[in-house]
Amino acid sequence: MSYKVFVSGDEAVALGVKLAKPNVIAAYPITPQTIVVERLAEMVEKRELAAQYMYVESEHSALAAVMGASVLGARTFTATSSQGLLYMAEVMHYASGGRVPLVMMNANRSVALPWSIFGDQRDSLSLLDSGWIQAYVEDAQESLDMIIQAYAIAENKNVLTPIMINLDGFVLTHTFEAIDMPTEKQVAKFLPEFELEGKMDLSNPKNLFFSSSPSDNILFKAQQHQAMENSRSIIEEVDKLYEEITGRGYGGLATGYKTEDAEIIIITLGSITGLVKDVVDSLRIEGQKVGVVKIRFMRPFPEKEILQLCKNASKIGVLEKDISFGYHGTVYTNVADALKTTGIILINYIAGLGGKNISEQDIKNIFIELKSIDAEHSAQAVNFVGVEG
Amino acid sequence: MLKKLDQEEYFYGHKGCGGCGGSLAVRLALKVLGKNTFVVLPAGCMSAVGFVYPQLCFGVNALISPFASTAAMLSGIRVAAKSLNIEDCNVVGFAGDGGTADIGLQALSGAIDRGDKIIYICYDNEAYMNTGVQQSSLTPYGARTTTTPPGDYIHGSINTKKDMVEIVAAHHIKYAATASIGNIPDYIRKVEKAKNINGTSYIHVAAPCPTGWGIDSSETISIAKEAIACGLWYLAEYEDGVYKLNQEIHEYTSIKAYLKKQTRFKHITDEDIEIITKQRDQKNYYIKEQHRKNII
Amino acid sequence: MTRATVNKEFSGGIPTGTYGQAMHLTETLEGWRNAKPVIDNNICNNCKWCYLVCPEGVIFDDENNMQIDYRFCKGCGICAKECKKTAIVMEKEDSANEL
Repeated sequence: MSYKVFVSGDEAVALGVKLAKPNVIAAYPITPQTIVVERLAEMVEKRELAAQYMYVESEHSALAAVMGASVLGARTFTATSSQGLLYMAEVMHYASGGRVPLVMMNANRSVALPWSIFGDQRDSLSLLDSGWIQAYVEDAQESLDMIIQAYAIAENKNVLTPIMINLDGFVLTHTFEAIDMPTEKQVAKFLPEFELEGKMDLSNPKNLFFSSSPSDNILFKAQQHQAMENSRSIIEEVDKLYEEITGRGYGGLATGYKTEDAEIIIITLGSITGLVKDVVDSLRIEGQKVGVVKIRFMRPFPEKEILQLCKNASKIGVLEKDISFGYHGTVYTNVADALKTTGIILINYIAGLGGKNISEQDIKNIFIELKSIDAEHSAQAVNFVGVEG
Repeated sequence: MLKKLDQEEYFYGHKGCGGCGGSLAVRLALKVLGKNTFVVLPAGCMSAVGFVYPQLCFGVNALISPFASTAAMLSGIRVAAKSLNIEDCNVVGFAGDGGTADIGLQALSGAIDRGDKIIYICYDNEAYMNTGVQQSSLTPYGARTTTTPPGDYIHGSINTKKDMVEIVAAHHIKYAATASIGNIPDYIRKVEKAKNINGTSYIHVAAPCPTGWGIDSSETISIAKEAIACGLWYLAEYEDGVYKLNQEIHEYTSIKAYLKKQTRFKHITDEDIEIITKQRDQKNYYIKEQHRKNII
Repeated sequence: MTRATVNKEFSGGIPTGTYGQAMHLTETLEGWRNAKPVIDNNICNNCKWCYLVCPEGVIFDDENNMQIDYRFCKGCGICAKECKKTAIVMEKEDSANEL
């Protein structure tokens, strides 16, 4: 019988992990992920979670340790943020190239310098090429549900790709919401036991994580790319199955809110989607045809879905918490490619870096500016919200 | 001693240089540990020669870890084995001197701290041999490497070897030992001991490299023997806080003779030999004192 | 005891990711040699020291006769040097893979 709990985003992740029943957990503490690892340690101590909880001395070692555990056939979990995520960057490529089905939670946090413990999305977006599936969640409910879905996606034998679930630092990790807890029975029905075909086995020994020659390497990489492409349909199937069992589904790689007849759309990522939806609602009351596209997965990138959701719009603002210095925000670059066959005006809004608050008015101003663009009024391609000039 | 060894060859068909000391150390250890073994090797000679797809040379479960992560993966595997009730298995890592004392030191420290039942074997060929003989923190004083070329200015390596056994002993490791392929029965005995330790063990095995040291490929074992005979390599153990010197040498053979057999020491002067001799004396005095303290 | 098998007809395909089989050999290395060790079984006393010291593991005891798996012997000469009975001689050999 399902029930509600009042928890923060971090706590929701820990609850999701508990339901997924990993065998091995290894994580290094870093703000704002610390609550996740603390709650998991408490669960292990209270024997609510029968996992081996490993102390590790760095994030690089955390990811290496869960890789070793995973290829023995153990389900694992790790979590990190910004500096830690980048410290393990080498091992990120290792895990995806090695086709190890890991699940990791990342608390999106600004990367030094300057130092900031507050949220932005520069950390995970700088690792888009590392070969991990990357999902961005909007609220605590989605956090819990996506952790459970993540195992089903990663461990699928046609995917076998590690997956990162991103929560905005502090605004989501530390904000409390009432959420529905799925039951153990529901999760057991949804998530099969972890089975890894190529795993190390005393009766059938393997040699793993080997080198390739110049003639072979590209074959491995093409195979990896294909697996990521395979994941598109698996992500949707997994979501549908989850909805059947728990009553909650999230609509796949990208979803739209009031986009069908929208003339102006904001495309965004993560928790800010909630606030943009509220602004869309209030502008709709005034009669404005506006909408919001929520990108749920940055890899694989939902190019078809975004094209489909945006095709009736004339002006789009991509609102993101990162910048690829010397060009645009990375979300903008990816979206621009998806919309390259349309004539849609596309403007980039960089906001929220280092935890800077994005207010309702900031979002309204974006819609206002987009509305005002015409033959006489243009906007800069890249706009830093809250910065003069 | 032969009875302790599995008849199977678990490291075979690899592309190591002829006469490779490291590969002998790996081969013998795996014969002691047997087929119920999980092996981790970081970037380095042994992984580079044993895993070039499609030629995969390990007869037991083996994987390559990122360079810095040998000990972290060892812990991860042991912990996973525990969680999956896979008992009665060995978890062993073979890392080079660079992969242990330099880039791998942090993870090794963490692994010993965790105290999981793993065996960490460092095969010491005294430089980053796999990448072409560059200096490591275990390169001995005076040695020529490609990053410490012997000229008129700096004249070879000016670092002294880090004392890895002291470092792991400071972590209060359950069992640590120095060993050498110049004394194979002693090495086999120590691997066997590590196999049965209920905690973390560390074995530091001298594994000369004909290519990097500048000796004939047939001399690998004899040069290792000579390193012990002239006192530059001692055989000792550390167990539960107690040091034990395995072999007390009363009269050392010539350090100069040992060094001059190797091209990497061709440029060594008499002053250098004096320095090296002094280092040997200090080190051996220290280890003898530790040993003596424990004999009451 | 069976020696490792070598699949020289290997198709060249790749597995899923870097998941390979243990002891999967597709080539032999005799072409590395310039000299090959030959054991004189009349002098040899089967002490098995050569079996221990070979870095490749190619020397083995076949019913009290020491044998060498020449497919993987690199001719390093350690066995000949270490043999206490000097029962092993290194014979010069033209490169085995010169066809």
